[in-house]
Amino acid sequence: MKSAARYRSWRILLLLMLLPLLAGCATTSARTQAEIPAMHSISEFRDQHFAEVNDPLQGFNRSVYRFNFYFDKYLFLPVVNSYEFVTPVFIQERVSNFYNNIGEVRNLTNSLFQLKGLESVTTLGRFVTNSTVGLGGLFDPATSFGMERHEQDFGRTLGYWGTASGPYVVLPIFGPSSLRDTGGLAIDTGINYGIYTAIDPFASTGNSLAITAGIKTVEAVDERHQQSFRYHESGYPFEYYMVRFFYHQKREIEINKPLPAE
Amino acid sequence: MKHRILLLLICLLVLPLQGNAAEDGYGYPIPGAYEATILGTPAKLMPELPVKPSTRQLVLDIFPDRKKPSIFYYDNGLRCTFAYQKQKAPLIFLIAGTGASDQSSKLMIMMKAFYNAGFHVITLPSPTNSNFIVSGSKSRIPGDMIDDAADLYRAMESAMQKVAGDIEVSSYYLCGYSLGGTQAAFVAKMDEERRSFKFRKVLMINPTVSIYNSAARIEELMKQIPGGGKKQGIFFNKMLSKFSEFYRYGNFVAINDDFLYSIYTEKLFTKEETAGLIGLTYRINLAGMIFSSDVMTNSGYVVPKNRVLKITDSLFDYFQVSTHLSFFDYFNEFLYPYFLTLQPGLTKQAFIDSLSLKSIEAYLKSSDKFGVMTNENDFIITKAELDYLRQLFGERVKVYPRGGHLGNLEYKENMAYMVAFFTGGMP
Repeated sequence: MKSAARYRSWRILLLLMLLPLLAGCATTSARTQAEIPAMHSISEFRDQHFAEVNDPLQGFNRSVYRFNFYFDKYLFLPVVNSYEFVTPVFIQERVSNFYNNIGEVRNLTNSLFQLKGLESVTTLGRFVTNSTVGLGGLFDPATSFGMERHEQDFGRTLGYWGTASGPYVVLPIFGPSSLRDTGGLAIDTGINYGIYTAIDPFASTGNSLAITAGIKTVEAVDERHQQSFRYHESGYPFEYYMVRFFYHQKREIEINKPLPAE
Repeated sequence: MKHRILLLLICLLVLPLQGNAAEDGYGYPIPGAYEATILGTPAKLMPELPVKPSTRQLVLDIFPDRKKPSIFYYDNGLRCTFAYQKQKAPLIFLIAGTGASDQSSKLMIMMKAFYNAGFHVITLPSPTNSNFIVSGSKSRIPGDMIDDAADLYRAMESAMQKVAGDIEVSSYYLCGYSLGGTQAAFVAKMDEERRSFKFRKVLMINPTVSIYNSAARIEELMKQIPGGGKKQGIFFNKMLSKFSEFYRYGNFVAINDDFLYSIYTEKLFTKEETAGLIGLTYRINLAGMIFSSDVMTNSGYVVPKNRVLKITDSLFDYFQVSTHLSFFDYFNEFLYPYFLTLQPGLTKQAFIDSLSLKSIEAYLKSSDKFGVMTNENDFIITKAELDYLRQLFGERVKVYPRGGHLGNLEYKENMAYMVAFFTGGMP
């Protein structure tokens, strides 16, 4: 029980240690020549902005974006690549299924929070089916039985009940988020932790800490393995804005608030 | 990102469409040119390519002394993707279309197809891609066919140097799509003098005949939206709310294939709107090129001259400004003036003419190494230009009845033709 908490605090400590790196980004190249206004500027266009998202922390966010690029490049992706290299694809798929199945718990709690009856039943059905027929979540027969996966999280629950997304935030390691979704992530992690400590599946082994750390590490690797996005792979100089827009818009659309009474 | 396209376009690559083969015996299902361009090929109509290529990314330091502005911190060299066979094999270079990187989804599937047919493959970003401008272009100003071909040729030589010790190459081939197809012709011509590769065969997929005319035709698409390109922000926002309303009132699980398929079947967007979305995607692409070229040359075009951008600075205004500039703005205010300083007396018409296959037609006619694969309804070329290609290359032009611009590139029959063109087993 204590072990999981210790692992979490280790993760937070790591984060705190990394934060000062983010701040050290000011470049001090001396400006030698006077600026001359550009031929085209924003004032000449009488049009709406597009792909705009509330982003008051942009300077900070852009630094974190850069941090994530380097974190991926020098640590995360090399680990993921080694994992993909040594592990047969069949095993990789079983691992992904396993963690996705555990993720159904988060989907279920949140569809319940949103009082979505049918969806909750489907998600519960998926969880039970895949945990049993699917051999502890290693396989996903539920999808072929027509039970579709409904992604849910507490950020969406908050959004569903009317909480606005708030400012856009780029989280270290986790990536694009918003103030609301960051809060949601904390709550989901808390719930997860609560359930995990209540069950405490490895208490009897005496090596609970090591096992939990191992499970969490593989989970993080698997998550990155399932996510094909690579920072700056497009080379597009405005990639930050496109990512920001897609993240924000996809969330807003998929939250799918209740329709107004007509 | 593998994708920086409009929300609508980003996930449209894999649609569960039914293959309703038409009477002409060609099984690509989407009749409309614009729809095909946006939707591409449904996943189950793509070829099966069982072997996963062994790849690695090459990062080429072509201009070691070049100082790069800090906002391009992530750019440490020209990126090419290299797929290698263990045994001696032919090698094919693939050139991306406008704005695309070495890992564009089209290049990746082409790479896979050629790899499965036994080729070594090296993919190159388009000279209009930011990475190429920052790390691969001598002038840092893309748009001239001869210069761009020279840059591409230098990149190919540099890539070969890097891998020469690791592979054995029996012969060289070249292929490109869209703008990259046209550039392939100019690269092949350069190779006749430089002889580094002695390309055996060159395939141009949905190429332009004249860069200027094709860009003009894409700009035409923007005119179909109310207020034209200068009001694209309003248009974009309107399309976005249409998109989200459609989701909201339907019973969808997520923005996934089913949802996108319904957009197509329910005809959410009109023909004019679909055209506008294609035009806007093109503009968003072009904006990256304009901005990167401006920053790399300190030209004061959209960024004030002498301004040093920090990585925490907002680029949003530059993003908005650059996307509002048309190809003509870039051409008249940036590209042509630059070449005028290099070649005083160069008329605009002479420059435009130099951006066309017609400027090297004597060579193209004299060589039998070229082939073309394109579509009857590709809107970036006119009927007259298509006839011109037929007249130039005769039997070696393969024209499919539909597919728009590149929509059917990934269709299995097209991919089979593409590979067979090089392996000699022509269907």
